[in-house]
Amino acid sequence: MFSYCADPSSLEGLVWLSCYLTSGTHLLFYASFGTVLLLLAITAPIALLFGFGGAMASRSRIAPLRWFGGIYTSMVRGVPDIIFFLFVPIALDQGFEWVRHQILCDSDAPVRQGNDFVVCAAAKLPLNSAAPWVHDVYGIFLAVIAFSVVFGAFAANVLSGAMQAVPRAQLETAEAYGMSRAQVNRRVLIPQMWTYALPGLSNLWMILIKATPLLFLLGVEDIVYWARELGGSKTSAFTYPHPDWRLYYFLGILVFYLGMTWISGRVLDRVTRRLSKGQATMGGEALRKETPA
Amino acid sequence: MSCVQTIMDYGLRSIGIGERLLPRADYTLCQQATLIGSGLIWNLYFAVLALSFGFVLATALALAKTSPNPWLRKPADAFIFVFRGSPLFIQFFIAYESLVLLPRAGIDILGMTVQTSWLTRAWAGALIVLILNTAAYSAQIFHGALMSVPKGEVEAADAYGLTGWKRFRRVIWPTMLRLAWPSYTNEAIFLFHATTLVYFSGFPAFQQKGDALYYASYFADRTFNPFVAYPIAAAYFIAATLALIWIFGRVNRRLNRHLPDAASRIRYRPQLMR
Repeated sequence: MFSYCADPSSLEGLVWLSCYLTSGTHLLFYASFGTVLLLLAITAPIALLFGFGGAMASRSRIAPLRWFGGIYTSMVRGVPDIIFFLFVPIALDQGFEWVRHQILCDSDAPVRQGNDFVVCAAAKLPLNSAAPWVHDVYGIFLAVIAFSVVFGAFAANVLSGAMQAVPRAQLETAEAYGMSRAQVNRRVLIPQMWTYALPGLSNLWMILIKATPLLFLLGVEDIVYWARELGGSKTSAFTYPHPDWRLYYFLGILVFYLGMTWISGRVLDRVTRRLSKGQATMGGEALRKETPA
Repeated sequence: MSCVQTIMDYGLRSIGIGERLLPRADYTLCQQATLIGSGLIWNLYFAVLALSFGFVLATALALAKTSPNPWLRKPADAFIFVFRGSPLFIQFFIAYESLVLLPRAGIDILGMTVQTSWLTRAWAGALIVLILNTAAYSAQIFHGALMSVPKGEVEAADAYGLTGWKRFRRVIWPTMLRLAWPSYTNEAIFLFHATTLVYFSGFPAFQQKGDALYYASYFADRTFNPFVAYPIAAAYFIAATLALIWIFGRVNRRLNRHLPDAASRIRYRPQLMR
């Protein structure tokens, strides 16, 4: 990056470090922090949407939809999320390829042959001829879906709890005013549930932050991947030889996550205060006593 | 090969008893179910030991956190912040990388050589991380419960002349546990599920002795079929989680047995708190 970095072997001390920390692979490492933030930014709203759908489905009057919602909201209670992280991307990938195989290939050969999963070249996802970045984006896409499904289930759990926590009398009052079921949902239930959902959702956000290093398990080149890659001991064959520094890289990642959770904690505390204002809850009562009108 | 034979060969494979080589061909349903079930031994090992040691440490931490002495309170706060604020996955990596840095030959302490190589093995190294992790989360729960112990109960204990350890053991601690128990049940479920991370995070599965998810992903990789191995693992975990909830429910009933109403209905908070 800097002009004096042309011959790293002649450098020493801080100058060496400044060149080392701005090498091409290190820039990729710093960019991977962006990947983590991007994943958070995309996953959180999608997961919330999934969760909302799941929670609404579990209250539905149509029995199959209700069963589906019930299973979805409770699936993370019994099964470790890591199983889903391993299962969902590969299952989706095979599902997509199977569908494409049915449409695009004219062979009648079964997709599963012994221990192999075979589709014709045209049905491959991404295509063998695709550029490397397409493969990367596809990998991240599958990861986003996996995270959204799992955290959607967590969110569904929180939201259905929150919907049950809305005082029954409020809904009955709305019904007494002649509102239809949809109107009750839209005008009373959904606006009222957020304050009950917020502790759970903020906790969920923390869990989501702390789950992002699992991207590594999904084969995405994330911060854990680069920390292992860059930190491993480098012989003199490399431009910047150094012993095993993985510990320092992981400590750096630790600091990153501590900062993330600390900032999130501060922000969420403020939001909780805001939403508790005027609510008929303990928090709202405490706020009311704090500031005498 | 019959299924009974498979169970004899692989039932305890995860702890090194039975057939040495993992199955290489056909991968029958019976083989998958047996090996994944055998891996569950490790999940239970980690969960039971981490929860037992973590419980004691968490109680101490929660007390330190309430202490007016900053020399006790500040370290407890820092410990809880670091372990609750960072991903368990990263904690595993850091623990492994730093345990590997310990001298191979062992450390000389007062003329005795203390071996260190066992610390890099999952059964010890990962267990330590899990203990510290669950201790931090549980300490936060216990601290919250400790803060909501009714004042009247402590005053009543004072009136009866109970002080110090006796007051804690007979009055404060049981009430703290009773209040914390629903959240603590959640934490136990989370920790049990987190044990599946061990063999995916730095700690190598020595001689292919791994946990349930390690074998499940082994089969999924070999057969290119995630639709068999992972549901089997999921079924085992659902069963184990239900057992865990049942056990914790029994404890909850015992903790609440003096209260006429609460004992009969055990309801866990719908939120997944951690």
